[in-house]
Amino acid sequence: MAEATHPEVHRHPAPTGFIRKYIFSLDHKVIGIQYILLALSAVVVGMIMSVLMRVNLSWPGTHLKIMETLFPQGAPGGVMTPEFYLSLVTMHGTIMVFFVLTTAPQGGFGNYFLPIQIGADDMAFPVLNMMSFWVTFVGFLVLLLAIFAEGNATVGGWISKLGESFAGGSGTVGPIGGWTGYPPLSALGKIAGPGQGAGVNLWIISIAIFCVGSLLGALNFITTLLNMRTRGMSLMRMPLTCWAWFTTAILALLSFPVLLGGGILLLLDRIAGTSFFIPGGLYVSGSTVPLHNGGSPLLWQHLFWFFGHPEVYIAILPGMGATSHILSTFARKPVFGYRAMVFAIFAIGGLGFFVWGHHMFISGMSPYSAVAFSILTLSIGVPSAIKTFNWLGTLWGAKIRFTTPMLFAIGFVSLFVAGGITGLVLGQTSLDFFFHDTYFVTAHFHLVMGVASIFGMFAATYFWFPKMFGRMMNESLGKFHFWITFLGVYAIFVPFHAMGLLGMPRRYASFGEYEFLKNSHSLVLFVTIAAIITVAVQVVFYFNFFWSMFKGKVAGDNPWEATTLEWTIPSPPPHDNFAGVVPVVYHGAYEFSVPGAPNDFIMQTEPEGVALGAELGGASGNGGNGHKA
Amino acid sequence: MAVTVTRPEQIVDVGLGGGPRPRDGNGFHKNGGSHDGDGGDGLNFSPARYRIGVWVAIGSILMLFVALTSAYIVRSASSNDWKPIAMPKLLWLSTALILVSSITIEVSRRSLKRNNNGAYSRWLINTVVLGAGFVVSQLFAWRQLVRQGVYMASNPYSSFFYLFTAAHGLHLLGGIFALTYLLLRTTKKRATIDGELRRIGAADAATIYWHFMDGLWVGLFALLIFWR
Repeated sequence: MAEATHPEVHRHPAPTGFIRKYIFSLDHKVIGIQYILLALSAVVVGMIMSVLMRVNLSWPGTHLKIMETLFPQGAPGGVMTPEFYLSLVTMHGTIMVFFVLTTAPQGGFGNYFLPIQIGADDMAFPVLNMMSFWVTFVGFLVLLLAIFAEGNATVGGWISKLGESFAGGSGTVGPIGGWTGYPPLSALGKIAGPGQGAGVNLWIISIAIFCVGSLLGALNFITTLLNMRTRGMSLMRMPLTCWAWFTTAILALLSFPVLLGGGILLLLDRIAGTSFFIPGGLYVSGSTVPLHNGGSPLLWQHLFWFFGHPEVYIAILPGMGATSHILSTFARKPVFGYRAMVFAIFAIGGLGFFVWGHHMFISGMSPYSAVAFSILTLSIGVPSAIKTFNWLGTLWGAKIRFTTPMLFAIGFVSLFVAGGITGLVLGQTSLDFFFHDTYFVTAHFHLVMGVASIFGMFAATYFWFPKMFGRMMNESLGKFHFWITFLGVYAIFVPFHAMGLLGMPRRYASFGEYEFLKNSHSLVLFVTIAAIITVAVQVVFYFNFFWSMFKGKVAGDNPWEATTLEWTIPSPPPHDNFAGVVPVVYHGAYEFSVPGAPNDFIMQTEPEGVALGAELGGASGNGGNGHKA
Repeated sequence: MAVTVTRPEQIVDVGLGGGPRPRDGNGFHKNGGSHDGDGGDGLNFSPARYRIGVWVAIGSILMLFVALTSAYIVRSASSNDWKPIAMPKLLWLSTALILVSSITIEVSRRSLKRNNNGAYSRWLINTVVLGAGFVVSQLFAWRQLVRQGVYMASNPYSSFFYLFTAAHGLHLLGGIFALTYLLLRTTKKRATIDGELRRIGAADAATIYWHFMDGLWVGLFALLIFWR
């Protein structure tokens, strides 16, 4: 019988040409690395933008020669205009949320490790997988085009030929309305201000393309996980990473179409003269907006946040999965409460669809719906607390191996708690009235969905790098990177809370004119210095990443003594992952320190009765959840 | 469950064979007909893959239309400029065409199940013709409206009318594309069991998608008629 299936084992043969191997590859591992490289590139753009914003806030009027060269209109004499600052806010948010926090955790690590961890040779639909990356990549290019279509008069001139609503070259680096793109100003075109012409059109098109790419990816993840688990890989034996990627894929599948729908409506308002979001009688920039009537700007907010809230879980759930996985591995203990962890992931994902209204408390919604949204929002604290409790339970009494991935995983827990706790503050309508659109909100979401997710991805990078490239990353550089980044992000975002309490508004290009903020300038300066140091230390990470690829210490198959399937195969894995052998799984994913076992870990593939004493032979059979022993 | 120690290569067998497998009970493994189980075994093809994939895709397309129709309902109540248009009579023809096409594709799929490849391709062709007829009928309905001076931007109802028909039409063109693929690549019997499973799986998936397109249109049409 084994012979009969062999043709199927290599569903697509290993490619030989450079293009099929590295560019238009069908291999989920190559596609995963492509996503990671895309995120590593996008995050550089996003970080440069954040440093430029900080520089402008702390030292208004700073002259930067390169800005003058690149954007002579947006930064005349090298000094940025307030509109330029606003476009930086918008593009920083858009790039980070879509092309970093959504691509790296799911498209990157999920693509690479989900098939291997469930014992499959590839994703269910390799061609769709390849398309999902390249569609996403085109989306990124369109977003970059928005920067130059608005920022550069020459490129703006070319784009303007597409029609009146594509007027560009206004001297910003994209739209100025924030990553949420609220109408009516986002729906009106260039009359609404610089960057609101071609910039918004390209921004909407970019996000629509991104939605399509993400949907193709989500379709693949769900089908792969349901259909391609290997023998013995029951759902409750899967690593928590797989549960997290699965839940994330479901969230993406159900939320991205809503953003796509909203984006289509917004684009039609801009280019086809419809009035979905544009109310009548608007008076903007000194003139009345003609031809539009009756639209509802709040409709966009509902559609956007119905997507937007699940999106924050799309960003952080893979980080939670990786953290659970890594904590267990280096604590040498099973994940505390595996089943509770699985249900908590689902609870967080499920509740995430019913809380979008908490982004709209000040929109004038009925106080009764606000209370409902508030209660649902606060109830997300319960599964979040279960997860935190179980992470601490996993660490409790453990002989921890403080490797770099472990440090970042612990950092994730710390940041998730620190950022999540203010969610309970902002989730209450009465408090949100005061904090809305202040730096307090900025502090909350940067800590919990921005930095925590990134720490999850740093942990994942240091943890899986040996598997992906066959070499270890440098530990000393990694620890240096961890400590400076960990202290740095707290130094940046803890003061943000204080600024929010002082009433400092988000998105303002400068605070010099406000009497009540005069005293907070030293705080602003402190944050800027912390931000510059934290961004600078990322160079160490990039160096470590690319240097270790060629010069790192050679890693064996299983350098961390971990239990899951990816550690049973060579590093890096062969083209079809398991070299034609179907792995058979006998154990849960986290069998560390099992009493009576010769090693302190049992691989998932280790046949039962061999590793364990006879008296424990049945401990992890049907639905074994990894912590029965 | 006591799992015997078995060497991996002994367990490998094709989906049709059945036989005892060390599989844990969990809810995701529905038996899908003659072949055994939908559970994959990683390196082997399981025909359920296409079905799962198409249902997942339907979930996401449904969410797109849920978003658009919610917007329709909200927008209809948000101001007094909502002016329903006289529904072009041609849309009834479109509806009839797509309803009949659901029957023809079902006949086609069942012919394949009964191993009647001639009937399979004949009814597939009928379905493609009916599907193309639907698209043409929709286009003529648009032309009728344009002649009456009803455009995308005329009023919110007409905006949504054009949007719904266009979005549905694009997805239906995807369906026609899939049926054309079936006609080009799956009308001949395959040599291997695996090839046959793929062929049937692809036809099943396309059929499910086509029925969804039919139901979606009926739903949108009903919304446009009854929620004016």
